[in-house]
Amino acid sequence: MKTLLVAEYREGKLLGTSSELINFAAQLGAESAMFLVGSEGALPGYSGKLYLADVEQAGEFNPSLHKQMLLEVVEKEQPQMVVLPHSSYGWDLAPRIAMALKTAQISEVVEVKDGNLVVPSCNSKLRRQVKATTAVTVVTLQGGAFTPAEDPSGTPEVIKVEVAAGGDIEFLGYEEAAETGVDLSKAEVIVSAGRGIGKPENLALIENLAKALKGEYGASRPVIDAEWAEHSRQVGTTGQTVSPKLYVACGISGAIQHLAGMKKSEFVLAINTDKDAPIGEIADVLVVADLKQLLPVLTEKLNAL
Amino acid sequence: MKILICIKQVPDMESKFKANAAGNWYEETDLAWRMNEYDEFAVEQAVQLKEQVGEADLTVLCIGSDRVKETMKKALAMGCDRGVHIADDESYLKDSYAIASLIAGFAKDKGFDLIFTGMQSQDRGSAQVGVLIAEMLGIPSLTTLVEFSYTDGTVNAKRELEGGTRAKVSCSTPALVTCQLGLNTPRYPTLPNIMKAKKKELISTPVAELSPAASLLETLQMAPPEKKGGGLVLEGDPADLADQLIQILKEKTTALA
Repeated sequence: MKTLLVAEYREGKLLGTSSELINFAAQLGAESAMFLVGSEGALPGYSGKLYLADVEQAGEFNPSLHKQMLLEVVEKEQPQMVVLPHSSYGWDLAPRIAMALKTAQISEVVEVKDGNLVVPSCNSKLRRQVKATTAVTVVTLQGGAFTPAEDPSGTPEVIKVEVAAGGDIEFLGYEEAAETGVDLSKAEVIVSAGRGIGKPENLALIENLAKALKGEYGASRPVIDAEWAEHSRQVGTTGQTVSPKLYVACGISGAIQHLAGMKKSEFVLAINTDKDAPIGEIADVLVVADLKQLLPVLTEKLNAL
Repeated sequence: MKILICIKQVPDMESKFKANAAGNWYEETDLAWRMNEYDEFAVEQAVQLKEQVGEADLTVLCIGSDRVKETMKKALAMGCDRGVHIADDESYLKDSYAIASLIAGFAKDKGFDLIFTGMQSQDRGSAQVGVLIAEMLGIPSLTTLVEFSYTDGTVNAKRELEGGTRAKVSCSTPALVTCQLGLNTPRYPTLPNIMKAKKKELISTPVAELSPAASLLETLQMAPPEKKGGGLVLEGDPADLADQLIQILKEKTTALA
């Protein structure tokens, strides 16, 4: 089997996901080549053929142009699988490739099992083993699912890809996330609120527990979107990535985007009314309880210590 | 302006899920159904656009059994003008490609200026259908939007990237956009609008009449994730639980040191 790995590059940097692509190909025991719209000054550690299109000419975000260049490489390499990260770059580009090649796309692969690819469903509460009916497939990988133990090394054999003009979307630049008031990445204890807190008034329970544990409070995306807490408190893919000594997840079901932001915590305590919530997969302790009853008692006892 | 909004009905994600007897999807009985959360932002954005431009016709499209009409009525009550229901009791067996083919088949030749979809569905979560529809129709697509504006045939928008960074993008209509959570604040339908929605056009067409494309992907097995074990599960009286937790935090962490 031969794979074509599509690495990503943003704001002048090669993104770390290329190592996950390489590791995935290794797990499949597949040969690989790589495609990157990037720069010769920032090459991935990789010993294989790297088809490189100059980002100065092609732009960091220009999906229809990137698609055209990638299709030319597919034509040359004839891979059975085109592999991208399941990221804002990858999930945008992958269906364009799949459609052009008339192939099946398998999104957000978390695991290879008995030679088949496994993807999450229903907020990771279920897993789905899938099989393509087409000879070639386009695959996106869930962030973190194929992180190698150590970063791959090597120097790629660079093959330049001609960049034509074109594209039906104009990319007008980046807007950085607003400067955050709170740097959760340095907190030793974080108590986070999820949708399960039910209403904004209950955020006080989370804040009080965080104070009792001399930590900060955080929140998952639904709480931020509902404007119950400010964006700088968000833990997850589009918020902050944290690694405290203690992470207390209150009413957080454990969507992958949240887990990606906190799974490096040393000790995870989850409080949830659903004992099958996916957060239980990574929690050291899962307390099946109503946080409205448990938190006041726990906070009081901690304050009395 | 002609606008199409594609929505899906999904189970409430707080539900307990189990695989169906065939092992190719989840068991659909005993679930509470609602509009896919991402699609609520799509409907809201389309309604806001109509409020902005004045003259616009909003078609909401949904594929599924008769059960999905309930969700379509919510979209009509939020402000969509008409509903197109593709009646398919086995839509859950169709992959993203087959679903997108049905929608593109409907939309082709209708002259929609803009198509709104959610960025992904909450149950299947493939994030493919929107982009596939646009590719099939040969129009540009902007994905994962957290800001949207429209002026004279041009969409200006912001895509959400990892780490909270946004990419500013623009394209001309006709175009398709996929909506991320937080794009706007979806409205709750008011009672008068719910009553009005009952009188709006909602036409069902059996899927068999639309010669659907075959799926390119099949599900071999559906199952809960394997429990990795290790984690301790505690239940009981809150006061007892609090004592146990304090003991555990003292023993296993330095948080109380």
